[in-house]
Amino acid sequence: MSKAVHAKDLNIYYGSFLAVEGVNIEIKPKTVTALIGPSGCGKSTFLRSINRMHEVIPGARVEGSLTLDGKELYGAGVDPVGVRRQIGMVFQRPNPFPTMSIYENVIAGQKLNNKRAGKKATDELVERSLRGANLWSEVKDRLDKPGSGLSGGQQQRLCIARAIAVQPDVLLMDEPCSALDPISTLAIEDLINELKTDYTIVIVTHNMQQAARVSDFTGFFTIEGTGKPGHLVEMDETKTIFSQPKQKATEDYVSGRFG
Amino acid sequence: MSAPTTTPATATPSTKPVRQLGDRIFAGSATGAGVLILIVLAGVAVFLIAQAIPAFTASPAELPGGKSLTAYIGPLVFGTLLSALIALVIATPLAVCVALFITHYAPRRLAQGLGYVVDLLAAVPSIVYGLWGVAVLAPASLPFMTWLQDYLGWIPLFAGPVSATGRTMLVVGVTLAVMILPIITAVSREVFLQTPKLHEEAALALGATRWEMIRMAVLPFGRSGIISGAMLGLGRALGETMAVAIILSGSGIITFNLISSSNPSSIAANIALQFPDSTGVAVNTLIASGLVLFVITLLVNSIARWIINRRREFSGAN
Repeated sequence: MSKAVHAKDLNIYYGSFLAVEGVNIEIKPKTVTALIGPSGCGKSTFLRSINRMHEVIPGARVEGSLTLDGKELYGAGVDPVGVRRQIGMVFQRPNPFPTMSIYENVIAGQKLNNKRAGKKATDELVERSLRGANLWSEVKDRLDKPGSGLSGGQQQRLCIARAIAVQPDVLLMDEPCSALDPISTLAIEDLINELKTDYTIVIVTHNMQQAARVSDFTGFFTIEGTGKPGHLVEMDETKTIFSQPKQKATEDYVSGRFG
Repeated sequence: MSAPTTTPATATPSTKPVRQLGDRIFAGSATGAGVLILIVLAGVAVFLIAQAIPAFTASPAELPGGKSLTAYIGPLVFGTLLSALIALVIATPLAVCVALFITHYAPRRLAQGLGYVVDLLAAVPSIVYGLWGVAVLAPASLPFMTWLQDYLGWIPLFAGPVSATGRTMLVVGVTLAVMILPIITAVSREVFLQTPKLHEEAALALGATRWEMIRMAVLPFGRSGIISGAMLGLGRALGETMAVAIILSGSGIITFNLISSSNPSSIAANIALQFPDSTGVAVNTLIASGLVLFVITLLVNSIARWIINRRREFSGAN
């Protein structure tokens, strides 16, 4: 179920503007990889290129190689829709579908896959996904209520439940806690720890303590200046990055002497 | 023991919160505008009812047509609703498709041009649509209506015989549909553009195709907007005078046969055609039919509001 992601000399463009340059990265299955770095350094752009959400923006494109367990994601004849069904994503701001109930939100992806399942199997899927996202006990009595009525932290966990309901190979998280309070953040971080037994997780975060708490590996992205492309400075085990990084730029950033 | 009772009185001073002069002026003028529209509406209703009463109380023989008031207004109500319904059934799906094309499928430059054209179409006076209907659409649709009669004649709607001039209820309906298409399109387009990027991306990230994304995120979000647009269009179709008056020669019958030469007229068209030659109770009768139209429009709008409110908590506005 969980698969490895491998990028080789990956260049990411917005039109003619090179946003991220020369990313070489290997993300192992069943690990949590955190991507850190200053704003605008391209970590979110790189994350969105993994499930081909990057190209939703007109003119956006990618050069180089990006593979999922050896299979080229940008190969000829690869349908981005299929890629997104394998690689789930959780966004910065919780975005449950406001017109759907909690129940419908969880099975939204299942419906897309056109898997016709019985009522019982669907009920089980909803319960399993919501339990997986640590949300079941809080919402089990109001599954037919709109998802937008939940608190921010609950909405974000609902989005995680929605993403894992389709059993993706990889789960991408784009600053999933930046709109949440500390207690909700803690709930999500605990959840990430549990999820990594089943999924490959890549998380972008601005919060270095969070990266240190949740991740096994950390990649540091930076940018030379505005208008220059962002690039991956180094990637290593999280404790190495935070204690004895190889690059001076990384050390300056993680120790707060950035600039 | 008296202390606890007096304490709250001193704790809550009776001074009002300070309000800025500008705020007071704005609040006052906004309230005034709101009250004014209610007064105008009430004035119209009072006028209609007062002027319609003589028609309600008059004996059937005094009325135009010589039968009861219901027999006179009934076919008109039927014609009004039928023509508006045909228009709505044709125009709404088409308008939603056009709006979706403009907002989600067309290349940006084409979309902009199309948007202007649609807005322009909305501004064309209805008499022009009426002329187009009678001069172009009616003769041009003859072969099509003959085909309908030949192959779908078993449906009462297309029983025929086909009108020789092509001036039928179906042509009116299509003309009205063309007329209200731009309004519904314009409103739907605005709403579709408001769909939060966040929800579109949520659908795409789940592996939705563009059409699935539209069904999951755009259409549910735009639902109330589509209904509002359709109601605006319906309002225009119900009240449309000239286009109907030019195309149809009404004969006061009730029939679902859309392609024959005998058709009911609509309330508005009937008023426009009969008013210049009417005197006395006949005028009151026309005003009574106007009152009925007024009530129909109110009802239609209330039903639309009710539909929108029924799923308010799922609307995405909270």
